[in-house]
Amino acid sequence: MIYLDHNATTPLDRRVLEAMMPYLENGWGNPSSPYRFGNRSRGAVERARGRIAECAGCAPEEIVFTSCGTESDNLALRGVALALRPKGNHIVTTAIEHHAVLATCRALEAEGFRVTRLPVDADGVVDLGRLERALSPGTILISVMHANNETGVIEPVGEIARLARERGICLHTDAVQTAGKLPQPIGALGADLVSFSGHKIYGPKGSGGLFIRRNTPLRPVLTGGLQENGFRAGTENVAAIVGLAEAYVLAAETAREESGRLRGLRDRLEAGVLSSIPKATVNGAAAGRIPNTTNISFESVDGESVVLGLDLEGICISTGSACSTGEPEPSHVLTAMGLSPKQAQGSVRISLGKSTREQDVDAAVEALARTVVRLRSISSV
Amino acid sequence: MVTPPDEETAGQAQYSGPVLFYNDTVIDHFTNPRNVGELPEDETDGYGLVGDPACGDQMKLWVSIRFGRIEKIAFKSYGCPGAIATSSMLTDLAKGKTVAEAGRITDDDVVEALGGIPERKKHCSLLGVLALKAALEDWARRRGAGEGAPA
Repeated sequence: MIYLDHNATTPLDRRVLEAMMPYLENGWGNPSSPYRFGNRSRGAVERARGRIAECAGCAPEEIVFTSCGTESDNLALRGVALALRPKGNHIVTTAIEHHAVLATCRALEAEGFRVTRLPVDADGVVDLGRLERALSPGTILISVMHANNETGVIEPVGEIARLARERGICLHTDAVQTAGKLPQPIGALGADLVSFSGHKIYGPKGSGGLFIRRNTPLRPVLTGGLQENGFRAGTENVAAIVGLAEAYVLAAETAREESGRLRGLRDRLEAGVLSSIPKATVNGAAAGRIPNTTNISFESVDGESVVLGLDLEGICISTGSACSTGEPEPSHVLTAMGLSPKQAQGSVRISLGKSTREQDVDAAVEALARTVVRLRSISSV
Repeated sequence: MVTPPDEETAGQAQYSGPVLFYNDTVIDHFTNPRNVGELPEDETDGYGLVGDPACGDQMKLWVSIRFGRIEKIAFKSYGCPGAIATSSMLTDLAKGKTVAEAGRITDDDVVEALGGIPERKKHCSLLGVLALKAALEDWARRRGAGEGAPA
């Protein structure tokens, strides 16, 4: 099997599994227990926090562990909204966020918050001028993702952070597709809150975290015990936390060279597709993108049919995000970029990773060409 | 290259709930759709073009009718695997049937003939049924206008 869907999830790195095993087998004590057996689990959790903080360029107490990127997004949005409700009720986000942010904003809207969803340009980048104009004295939170999961397009989080800071507005960014993958430490992005996840960087599913800059107003969403500095109640998933830290450190160590390698492979893939398949377009190509991702539209064919065609040849790619598979609606990200529903429906996402080699990319290009030609011969449009 | 888990533990083995994935019959009709193509103008007695507003899928269907039976049928479909497979199966079911019999084919018949399709794809099966209905209505219209073949 050739796996080219690393933005959906990644395999567990063998070294991560090995780091986790002691806490699944013998070190199962509760980190909050008063005896030494519990203390050892506490030590493992705090060591993990320190290791991630070092990679993230922040203080250990600025890292809170969660169960996934979605929970981190929920904690950031709901946590700030709850804490700052007396100050204002306006939230600014974009039309291209992950469902974890979009659906949470919808839920907050139902609770009386006002949400502005900023459009993006044809390359998928949010317009800073429009963002600035959307801000008002009642704006309490801005949430703009670092890189889009479907297109890989990178948003100008640094510039947005400057606008937010000038006005004392909290900034959250979903960095699930960049944390540990891009060389830039998440603590240096300029955002007050940064979501990240373990399973996108060869860590375990069910692991995630949120960077919370010191003094950021935040109320917990999961209430209960005082774990995680009072920001997230519940007994810590020690093995997952240890795995997340191991995965993060391993990813950060190789982020620079791996980014360069993946960029080369991605460019090879795009060049191969564009030269062998007519009427194919790379979405977001003119924008800055994370190096492992490409999103391609094929005229007159349906993306899901392309995905199944490749699946039958042993190659895993996807349409849009894994989360929206099952929805008949075309990608909200691509339609926000101005693609027609038909163009959006004819799009696939290919995301490369550690196991990807040149021959995998070449095999994918050949399989795509075969599949698209066949589907076009069936197509009524 | 990545090594996936055993086939035994993957997919729908040992699961008896609602259909989640495309079965082998659906995949066969997706990979080798039956009756794909167009009928030439002089062989076409009825033509139907329908789109599914729910997902943007589209199907064109041609029928050639001799002595009240669908002698030839051809289709082209734009859409997901569910749309292609149900289109293909629909043409298989309709071929050789009398106009009256073909008119009674339902979307459930198509799904049943395929051995089931995922719940979220059930609406796809309507595409073929509607295209066939449109083609048969076109045939009736042409016949009424005295342009059709004798039935």
